[in-house]
Amino acid sequence: MEQQKGASTFGMWVFLLTELMMFGGLFASYLIYRLKFYAAWEAGSSSIDVHWGFINTLVLIGSSFTMAMAVWAAQKGDKNKQVMFLIGTMILGAAFLGIKGIEYKAKYDECHIPGHIIGKAFNASGGCMADGKVTGDIAKEFMEHQAEIHKPVPEAFAKQTADQTQIFFSFYFAMTGLHAFHMVIGLGLLGWLTLRASRGEFSGQYFTPVELGGLYWHFVDIVWIFLFPLLYLINRTHG
Amino acid sequence: MSQNSHPTPLLYFVIVMCLFVGTVVTYKAATIDMGIWNPIVALAIACTKAVLVVLFFMHVRYSDKLTKVTVVAGFFWLMILITLSLSDYIGRGFQVAP
Amino acid sequence: MPAKHYLNDNYGIRSWLLTKDHKRIAILYLCTITFFFFLGGMFAALIRLELLTPEGDLFHSDTYNKLFTMHGVNMIFFFLIPSVPAVLGNFILPIMLGAKDLAFPKINLLSWYIFIVGAGFGLAALIGGGVDTGWTFYTPLSTGYVRTPVIVLAVGILIAGFASIFTGLNFIVTTHRMRAPGMTWGRLPLMVWANYAASLIMILGTPVIAITLILVALERGFHIGVFDPKLGGDPVLFQHMFWFYSHPAVYIMILPGMGVISEIVTCFSRKRVFGYTFIAFSSIAIAVFGFVVWAHHMFVAGISTYSALVFSLLSFAVAIPSAVKVFNWTATMYKGSVSLETPMLYALAFIGLFTIGGLTGLFLAALGTDIHIHDTYFVVAHFHYVMVGGMVTAYLGGIHFWWPKMTGKMYPEAPAKLAALITFIGFNLTFFPQFILGYLGMPRRYHAYPPEFQVLNVLSSAGASVLAVGFIMPLVYFLWSLKFGEAAGDNPWDAKGLEWQTTSPPPTHNFHEVPIVTEDPYNYGEEANVVH
Repeated sequence: MEQQKGASTFGMWVFLLTELMMFGGLFASYLIYRLKFYAAWEAGSSSIDVHWGFINTLVLIGSSFTMAMAVWAAQKGDKNKQVMFLIGTMILGAAFLGIKGIEYKAKYDECHIPGHIIGKAFNASGGCMADGKVTGDIAKEFMEHQAEIHKPVPEAFAKQTADQTQIFFSFYFAMTGLHAFHMVIGLGLLGWLTLRASRGEFSGQYFTPVELGGLYWHFVDIVWIFLFPLLYLINRTHG
Repeated sequence: MSQNSHPTPLLYFVIVMCLFVGTVVTYKAATIDMGIWNPIVALAIACTKAVLVVLFFMHVRYSDKLTKVTVVAGFFWLMILITLSLSDYIGRGFQVAP
Repeated sequence: MPAKHYLNDNYGIRSWLLTKDHKRIAILYLCTITFFFFLGGMFAALIRLELLTPEGDLFHSDTYNKLFTMHGVNMIFFFLIPSVPAVLGNFILPIMLGAKDLAFPKINLLSWYIFIVGAGFGLAALIGGGVDTGWTFYTPLSTGYVRTPVIVLAVGILIAGFASIFTGLNFIVTTHRMRAPGMTWGRLPLMVWANYAASLIMILGTPVIAITLILVALERGFHIGVFDPKLGGDPVLFQHMFWFYSHPAVYIMILPGMGVISEIVTCFSRKRVFGYTFIAFSSIAIAVFGFVVWAHHMFVAGISTYSALVFSLLSFAVAIPSAVKVFNWTATMYKGSVSLETPMLYALAFIGLFTIGGLTGLFLAALGTDIHIHDTYFVVAHFHYVMVGGMVTAYLGGIHFWWPKMTGKMYPEAPAKLAALITFIGFNLTFFPQFILGYLGMPRRYHAYPPEFQVLNVLSSAGASVLAVGFIMPLVYFLWSLKFGEAAGDNPWDAKGLEWQTTSPPPTHNFHEVPIVTEDPYNYGEEANVVH
């Protein structure tokens, strides 16, 4: 049993390594484009709502706390606490996804979804109509922000930068999308663990599945810990 | 099972408070113009938070050597991917244009 | 043959499709990848047929593009990558470790099913007309221009990649955690070291191509900009991400083959392998170094000269551990008592052909020469020497070596030796002229060529038909041996190693009692000198 637990935990770590490399490919590409298109990265980052990102980071970190507590409770064999913490983790995880949904909807409204297959065609300069007002004009926001910090730019440059933000958004959706996909799977895993915990299956002798679920969940949290500053905080300075 | 002591709820609470503080600091720091230091500070704080999660929430501090080596190997490989590809792009700037 | 063994322990299709026995899963993989080998081979046959004449008269150029693409994709992703690990590794690794099964038997079965799904997508892409971008899927051709089922194929490859990841994960955990008592790292058979090193590559590299193919699919499906310059993307970035996996992938393919060769050479030289530690560590070194050389595929793609310099230097370095192995195998044979059964014939062929393939890689690693021979038949010849002359040869050698263990039957030795010889002749006739063609400047992936290249091309195509015979013969006599072959004993080769201490075929749980390991894996002959 001991050998099997050691093997399972090690196996989960090896699996997390593969996940690290998978997200790593996205991070590496992101970093390369950030180098190439810095202005566009700044402009794109400024147009996503940092408050939601900030709250989401706190929510996810909180869910990591409840998850760690769930593992602790499972090891103690305390059935009620296990279930409570697991459900708490799920609620926070669902809240995260809900907020993500709000953010994605905002991007949809502002015509910032890349390509022209989903939603309205990508349009970062000139803005697009939503709820009767023009919104999502990244070129305009970029010019205003640069003026604010006393580094004005010509309009043509602002337009070009805005057009280049399509790639930023490709990465934004790819990275947060892959992350959200992993969260959905995580929620499924948590649901299954909650069911087993409520049947009293875990105790000090055997709580491996909860531990493994914890490892997975914490990994997803770590990915977000990096996504938040990289995507949302590129340039939030005010003049 | 852990070799040494096992983390307590109090420890978890302390860690999560540190993580919350770190998040607030990251956010506030991003609003101050520090030039080249902005991304460095942001990443440094993110790395610290990640290390805390890995060591304490993921129990690596209390794990055996194999687990620790595995974690380090993972980050090392990620660094290979990032630095070597980046080296191509950075290296292009120094070329004399034809 | 024992009365009860893993093949007759349980009957019925469910006992096979729901098996958790690593040996049965190995057989499932064997059948699947054999199909894809011959499918890929069929495309090769069509390619060589077209290239008999200088004009592009057999196929339209777009169709020809599909032929070499589907040849490459099927051979690499659906045959070579799983070949030794998923067939021989799956079968023999746990037994070599003295374990009852791999660490995660259900994940092992899942890995086969995932492979089937991925391969299914591959077949769907084929039926949907086939893809014509080259197995390398370079953007923006693949994401923005062709009208072939790229997404279906890309998804198939990335799914098959996960099968590879799960196999590698299983091997790593099993090797660390499930060794029999007394089996220290220093007593592991070299086959285990080789598969372990390949598994490291599988888990660290495959995820990167998975995400790259996802991005390709997204860009193609939703017209978002990632790699397409029209949308602001960078095609060279695709190449970086693609080759970050695809170069180490070639080491996934060759390392397990090298493991097989280590086992065969020592057994048929009746001598302890020379430099065990060096061979073991060179496997790890190849795995590690293999990750830092990928841009040698991109020297003419526009990367920075300084970066190219670094990658070129590292590419020279990665040849060193491979050379170490070749020296050690040769030294093992020196003053050994060499006998030339079929597995040893394949092993000898491997050593020679892999050396040629490896050395020609150095021509490609050198920046100056690469400018001239990149994208020519020189490259094609180089990688076929290492992949077919190396890897497929090792795979066939391994199948012959362990066939008696896996099936309890011996294959017929005379036809087998003949097939080995035919394969060797056919292979060299096919691919050696291609070195010359490449040096003379014939580009790869072209279905028409200047008339002065025809003689060499005809030689190459003639060789291909001989090679085809050499590959079909084993299929025939292995199947024959299942019904009519002699019963092999437990240890027909009188080899050392835990797998030969159990019956042929082994019982479902591999051993009747858990073995305790007290000696080195290769203590052949009277040299009981250094015993740890």
